[in-house]
Amino acid sequence: MPDDTANTAGPPAIELRHIDKRFGEVHANRDVSLSVRRGSITGIIGENGAGKSTLMSILYGFYEADSGEILVGGEARHIRTPSDAIAAGIGMVHQHFMLVENFTVLENIMLGVEGGAILKHGAAAARREVERLEREYGLGVDPDARVAELPVGAQQRVEILKALYRGAKIMVLDEPTGVLTPQETDQLFRVLASLRARGETIILITHKLREIMAVTDEVYVMRAGSMVAQRRTVETSEQELAELMVGRKIRLSLDKAPAAAGPPVLTVSHLTVHDERGVQRLDDVSFTLAAGEILGIAGVSGNGQSELLEVLAGIRAPEKGSFTLDGREITAAQPCGPSEMRDLGVAHVPEDRHRLGLVSNFTASESALLGYQHDPAFAGGWLLDRGKIQRYCAALMEKFDVRPRAPNLRSANFSGGNQQKLIIARELTRGPKVLLVGQPTRGVDIGAIEFIHRQLLRHREAGAAILVVSVELEEVMALADRILVMCGGRITGELAAREADERRLGLMMANAAPLPANAVPPDETQGEAWGEPWRGEP
Amino acid sequence: MSGARPDLPRWADIGLIPLVNVLLAFIVAGLVVVVIGESPLEAVQVMLSGALGSGEGLGYTLYYATNFIFTGLAVAIAFHAGLFNIGGEGQAYIGGLGVGLLLLGLDHSLSWPILLPLAVVAALLFGAAWAFIPAWLQAYRGSHIVITTIMFNFLASSLMVYLLVNVLNEHGATSPESRNIAATAQLPFISDILGGFGIKMAHTPLNLSILIAVLACVFVWIYVWHTPWGYELRTVGQSERAAVYAGVKPRRVILVTLCISGALAGLVGVNEIMGVQHRLLLNFNAGYGFTGIAVALMGRNHPLGVVLAAILFGILTQGGAELSFEMPNIDRNMVTVIQGLVILFSGALAHLSRPWLEALFALLSRRRPSLKEA
Amino acid sequence: MDPELLLRTLAAALRLSTPLILCAMAGLLSERSGIVDIGLEGKMLAAAFAAASMAAVTGSAWLALLCGIVIATLMALLHGYACITQRGNQVVSGVAINLLASGLTVVLGSYWFQQGGQTPMLTDLGRFRPLELPGVTLLNGVPILGAIYRDLVSGYSLIVYVALIAVPATHWLVNKTRFGLRLRAVGEYPQAVDTAGVSVTWLRYRAVLLCGLLTGIAGTYVSIAQNAGFSRDMTAGQGFIALAAMIFGKWRPYPALGACLLFGLLDAVSIRLQGVRIAGIGEVPVQLIQALPYALTVLLLAGFIGKAVAPKASGIPYVKER
Repeated sequence: MPDDTANTAGPPAIELRHIDKRFGEVHANRDVSLSVRRGSITGIIGENGAGKSTLMSILYGFYEADSGEILVGGEARHIRTPSDAIAAGIGMVHQHFMLVENFTVLENIMLGVEGGAILKHGAAAARREVERLEREYGLGVDPDARVAELPVGAQQRVEILKALYRGAKIMVLDEPTGVLTPQETDQLFRVLASLRARGETIILITHKLREIMAVTDEVYVMRAGSMVAQRRTVETSEQELAELMVGRKIRLSLDKAPAAAGPPVLTVSHLTVHDERGVQRLDDVSFTLAAGEILGIAGVSGNGQSELLEVLAGIRAPEKGSFTLDGREITAAQPCGPSEMRDLGVAHVPEDRHRLGLVSNFTASESALLGYQHDPAFAGGWLLDRGKIQRYCAALMEKFDVRPRAPNLRSANFSGGNQQKLIIARELTRGPKVLLVGQPTRGVDIGAIEFIHRQLLRHREAGAAILVVSVELEEVMALADRILVMCGGRITGELAAREADERRLGLMMANAAPLPANAVPPDETQGEAWGEPWRGEP
Repeated sequence: MSGARPDLPRWADIGLIPLVNVLLAFIVAGLVVVVIGESPLEAVQVMLSGALGSGEGLGYTLYYATNFIFTGLAVAIAFHAGLFNIGGEGQAYIGGLGVGLLLLGLDHSLSWPILLPLAVVAALLFGAAWAFIPAWLQAYRGSHIVITTIMFNFLASSLMVYLLVNVLNEHGATSPESRNIAATAQLPFISDILGGFGIKMAHTPLNLSILIAVLACVFVWIYVWHTPWGYELRTVGQSERAAVYAGVKPRRVILVTLCISGALAGLVGVNEIMGVQHRLLLNFNAGYGFTGIAVALMGRNHPLGVVLAAILFGILTQGGAELSFEMPNIDRNMVTVIQGLVILFSGALAHLSRPWLEALFALLSRRRPSLKEA
Repeated sequence: MDPELLLRTLAAALRLSTPLILCAMAGLLSERSGIVDIGLEGKMLAAAFAAASMAAVTGSAWLALLCGIVIATLMALLHGYACITQRGNQVVSGVAINLLASGLTVVLGSYWFQQGGQTPMLTDLGRFRPLELPGVTLLNGVPILGAIYRDLVSGYSLIVYVALIAVPATHWLVNKTRFGLRLRAVGEYPQAVDTAGVSVTWLRYRAVLLCGLLTGIAGTYVSIAQNAGFSRDMTAGQGFIALAAMIFGKWRPYPALGACLLFGLLDAVSIRLQGVRIAGIGEVPVQLIQALPYALTVLLLAGFIGKAVAPKASGIPYVKER
């Protein structure tokens, strides 16, 4: 990708030399070195747990490295706290925004650099500066708006403003697009291009191959704590990067038997739900789910998918509308709790595995009981048969290759992938009629991902009706027979899997009208203030 | 992310750290004794001999321990649901009220073997009733259980004063209290029971209710770890969202658990009213509720730990009484100070010693690799 | 109602509210920073004892005030250390401090003064006596205003005025200063403060120290201004009522002041009502009146507040999670 802007000569903006960091037993960064050219956009890619976030936390002063050096603009710097990093001109846009929701935009930007002990004294100058930055970089946000009321894309712009306000010359963005639609992502990358045009250096941390290919000049690959490769983006490909990330040849698609959907098992009709604050979460949602099919629900987090899962699992009652399962109609007047849903043959692998799917402090056996504690198989009379539960857990672990095979080990001590396998084991062995799965492979290593996907496919072939919610478009496209897209609580599109591609799905996710396969999407550049227009995919 | 601390072997985590915490509490208490100009070691000696050195001392110790077991279990079971029941004082008081009312009504018609189970039920019901409103408010209104139970302690106090001064009092008595209950309705003392077998023991307040305490321990152990409801209780305490996922109704669990907690605290009434005082009077709950917190924390919310901690505090209480005779400079309230210190070190500063112990174990394991647990 | 009586009841209400106001402000500052403080009662009690002892020994009210503040601040530091540095359970720490204060004050008091836990009665020498504001005798002749000025505005001991000033001062500190902005941020989302390069720990410690300062003043007032010495457990739960008032006030200074005044008024009225017969009911039992503040607290916590929204990070120890 072209980077013929600005002056890129001179010492590297950031250089990390032989950074090493351990957390107890975990060797998070092993002798990592990298060099970031000034005025470039450099990507750092790797799977979850590869060490990218730790590395950037060290750069930002959250942690101190056990050994190694940091050089900013050619000079060695001791960065022990975020203040040191800020002083060195490093700004960070975190994955989970560091914003106080009750505060206004201006208050959030001023926090830490208020310009005086009395707020009023610094506020006027701050406001002027913020307005100047907004004009120069095109980051329109109302300084007096309460952050809680801003959409996610706007909140991210506030984070960027915060960094610029503090004079950041080097901006680090940690997984910035996890909560954005593809169109908002485009917008973000235009902002990045504009920043680069003005001499900012940008480091982009992500695990998304397409973004790396689309916007970076150089890319570093991390795996299991080490830096394993460096490439110029133009000279590599997604496939190569994926292999470097994982360490072996992988296939990005699964072998899937053709769809053989049976009779409808679950019928959802005009489901509507508002949350506690009165914000609408589901808006007239209707669809059917048939036995033997996987229905994928795509969409950016926060568009109603979570609420949909909650309603179908019985955790949340529908307000209007209904859904029917096995002859039982569930409405607002006749709600069903999670235990009754289980009795009806519904199993639920929740999105938030740590807080819902298991109990961290319980042993694996006890977590294996979650949801089924009144099952007569375990509770004879009034007492729980602990021995039986333990043997059951051991059997689950054996069947689903959960490691270590230790039913008495604390649930939190298992890795993400093994936790997820245990939860899936627990739900699948019930032979459910309907399986609800949320984010099945979030935070899971690639070996476990393949295993989980194969398990889901196997149950699909056995006739189960499976609903998969995932923010990973690749996963949805690989697993599903049919795909529904949700945006703003509504279903904005339906596609058969073979007709689906990222662009069409992306438009549905942003609730733009679906286009025929060959059409060119509308131009969304915003005029001369942007400097060099970002060029999208060829 | 924070949670698993594999640097210490499991036995140290469960057994050693609590022991160290208690030790720290006692060391600080010792310092206070020094400030008062007395010798801590001498104080400890006096306390131990006063508490354990004679049959009489032992009897008193176990009598106090009985109450501590009840209130300790009450706090412990609530902790397992993630709740802090500070209302033990009030719940014990009202539980005793229930027992007293029952006995004052029926003591001339029935004798103690029949009255005992009835009294237990009365204590449980009244204790639970006193916990019910704060419990309901916490479960269904989100009103902080800590504040409401503290308020209910004060309300219990006012209520009892009113009742004893105006309604139940024995005319002509110098202090507000009810009439004595009939001798046939009183629980036998252990010293009398043993005397019946030919074992001579000095008379102490220790009575049959200690068996109730043991039964309560067994009940809590079975309920919390071996029933589905106990499982749900612990799930709610660990993660309310996981509980909802599992089909549990957290509000109901909170309500039920706190009522059970109140009921357990109410059992103090069986010991005090039916077993020892044999009448209703003021302040028989004298600090048992707060000691229950210390006992639960020290015993790490497990019935076995609660029993051991209760005995320890029994020793402190009885020993403390002896101490105030032998060493008058040390006021009885020293026991309150020790309670506070135990709560501080077992509850709030629980991980204070951890870095030192981890370093120690790291040092030892470097010399003997076999010590390191897998 | 007799206007004299009304004025004197209102004045009594303000005097009774004073420790509540100071403790409510103290609790507010602590909780806005994210540290729950159940130990207001204990700190106040300890300060009361320290002040009374110092006053008995030196005869100086000012030294007593200083001593009270120091002791309360030390206990606040202990609470802060347990909660902030050790990341312990904040409610448990508060309970421990209450018990420690309750026990230590009697143990040390018995040892030092040999009066079963009480400190010696103080004469005017060691106490903050009521102040007469300038102009009282001048305005005395003026029909209504004179009486109001004399009975309601003037005639309080110094600390009462301090308490009244503490409210706007707290409001200003929390809402108009840099410290206040950071304080509020740290109670809502400490990560934001940490990444901005500001120390979460130091902010919280400062909040806790301020809490100690104010509870120290409150305790001093109780033992040497409101009364003439320390007696065991003399704070009688006022620390908890202050906590409740703070919650009613939704963690904001002026509404909390209102709640404190209300409770003080109740207390003042209850003293007047003792022994009075009310038509149709007969004599109001003393205990009912005494129980009113507690019952009202529960009623208000149940009804009007329900789920009062505490500062989001309240009660949660801050850990740098990654």
